[in-house]
Amino acid sequence: MATAAKSQPTTAAHVSTAPAYNSQLRRFAIGTLVTLFAFMIALVYLSPLGNMAMVALSSPAQLSITGDDPVIPMLPQTFEYEGESYEVFSVPLTDGTVRDLALSKKGRQSSEFIDPANPSAPPLVWEGIWRTLAPVRSVSFAWENFGIAWEAINFPRLFRNTLIIAVAGMIGTLLSCICVAYAFARFPIPGKNILFIILIGTIILPGQVTLIPTYAFFASIGWTNTWLPLIVPHFFANAYNVFLLRQYFMTLPRELDEAAMIDGANPLQILLRVIIPQSFPVIIAVAVFHFVWAWNDYFGPLIYLLGAPELQPVSVGVQVFNFQYGPSPELVQATSMMTLVLPVIIFLLAQRVFMRGVVVTGVDK
Amino acid sequence: MTTPQAVSLPSTAPVQVRRSMTTQQRQRMWGWIFLSPWIVGFLAFTGFPMVASLIFSFTNFKIGEPLEWAGLTNWARLFSDNNTVNALFVTFRFALVSVPIIVLVPLLMATLLNSKVVRAKPVLRVLFYIPYMIPAISGVFIWQSFLNGQTGWLNRLLRLIGFQELPNWLFDPRSLTWGLVLIGLWGVGNAMLTMLAAMQGVPTELYEAAEVDGANPFTKWYRITLPLISPVILYNLVLSVIGLMQYFIVPYVLSNVTRSNPETNFFNLNLYRTAFQFGEMGFASAQAWFIFLIALALTLIIFGTSRRWVYYAGER
Repeated sequence: MATAAKSQPTTAAHVSTAPAYNSQLRRFAIGTLVTLFAFMIALVYLSPLGNMAMVALSSPAQLSITGDDPVIPMLPQTFEYEGESYEVFSVPLTDGTVRDLALSKKGRQSSEFIDPANPSAPPLVWEGIWRTLAPVRSVSFAWENFGIAWEAINFPRLFRNTLIIAVAGMIGTLLSCICVAYAFARFPIPGKNILFIILIGTIILPGQVTLIPTYAFFASIGWTNTWLPLIVPHFFANAYNVFLLRQYFMTLPRELDEAAMIDGANPLQILLRVIIPQSFPVIIAVAVFHFVWAWNDYFGPLIYLLGAPELQPVSVGVQVFNFQYGPSPELVQATSMMTLVLPVIIFLLAQRVFMRGVVVTGVDK
Repeated sequence: MTTPQAVSLPSTAPVQVRRSMTTQQRQRMWGWIFLSPWIVGFLAFTGFPMVASLIFSFTNFKIGEPLEWAGLTNWARLFSDNNTVNALFVTFRFALVSVPIIVLVPLLMATLLNSKVVRAKPVLRVLFYIPYMIPAISGVFIWQSFLNGQTGWLNRLLRLIGFQELPNWLFDPRSLTWGLVLIGLWGVGNAMLTMLAAMQGVPTELYEAAEVDGANPFTKWYRITLPLISPVILYNLVLSVIGLMQYFIVPYVLSNVTRSNPETNFFNLNLYRTAFQFGEMGFASAQAWFIFLIALALTLIIFGTSRRWVYYAGER
């Protein structure tokens, strides 16, 4: 900061500009510090993901090592020579240097080592107990875990099930919520405000209170162990998406509706030709919200597809698998990672649409 | 115009009748048509089931068996059944600890992201929001690994800083609550985003005026930001209370791992077991209505006190 002040021309202006310059610099420094702090918090906040990735990439052998097991997946290094596999240790030599050598002949008091850099040279005899030597470990990512997990949970089947449930529900949500939002945004329905308050009230209604009769109803018509209870209700609109769409529709100018009406268009035609073409951003937002919601939904599939494992979506399939394979942490983490990839990618691609939607439903009420 | 006429028209309306309607009536009719999916859905999936579960709560309802009247037995059992009383206790104790935290943490995050001096805000906002996108079921397994007493990164980190006696978070009844609070931190993304948006909506003139009066940053935050975003805080407070009444996935997964630990016997998990493991739908309905009434009471209390601490601009 002092240098910055010095670099100012020593004219009369110096007196007045230097403090401004100084405070600007101070602001810059504070900004950098606070930004660094924010990134540190973000790093800590997201660190469970690092933990997940590292466990997912560890081989079972690595995970069975107890004690000073490294954070990054590592395995004892081996050296292959003439069809034989030798473990590599770091060996302190008499001349004071430490070298990584492959143990070729184990002995009680002295052992023979070969130099991986020059294996054909005569073996080096080292006096001492080889068990006291530290094995050389090298980073080794067990990428095969993902393949194993993919096959073990039958990921393609789970994925297909999720996709069918999510896309069918998405169609239902879009059809019904667009209509209902259009009704709330444009039509003089008596008692509309009260109906709208009831609609919004359902957001804070605990789901348990409707759970049992709904379940009993679906069971009585034979819909348990089918996808229908997870799809059909979405054809009857839900508060979040209606609210989001309605807020958007309200911002569209009515003049276009009126012009279309004068041209003889009925309200359905106005919806299809005037409102929807202007509303693609919010429609995409609703579609994305629903897809991610359906991908993450767990309780519904858990109770309705309990007896039909072949119909279960990713969320339930992964949980069932992980209860069976609890002792294989690397597979549990690999499946968890496979489950989160798609929603996170969708979010990253559609973050603008996504965040605006969250803000509209969360703040405007 | 009379409402029944307007409602019955869509099904029977011959063209001539429609012509005789006024524009107003025709608009109303279309309105009801477009509204009908929600009306039907609300009645079928909210209104009717709510009434039905209230009725079920006075019966010994079991799927596949005839309804049998049980009077107030189920409601009395709420207060005598050990599991249920314990579940209520566990849920409330956890709510007392976790609600303040899951409202305060997103508030602090939003404050940080709203600060004028912070750079790379879009990146930070995405980073802070990502955990909210992670499926809850993955989240639980990830945190289980992260909170592992030996190999989890949290304890490694704490050991690195110099802590010695570290808890095995999710397996030790004394630290379990804190483990669950930590897991809950991954669910604050929406709250953070809404609070941040509300903060960005605070008129800058207010801050400028306060600066003229010599207010420091904390005073500005406490006296301007907080009151002006208090409606959003209220909304998130209500949502987190309701959310806790429905807390399920985390205790469900943990109780399958740690074997029906009374510490993870949350109300909704207990309800799930009552209904789907023991098939006691009647008793489960009573539990559902009970937690609904509690949630309603809490919401009303929060709204009732909100007049004292929530600032509503303009006509409200």
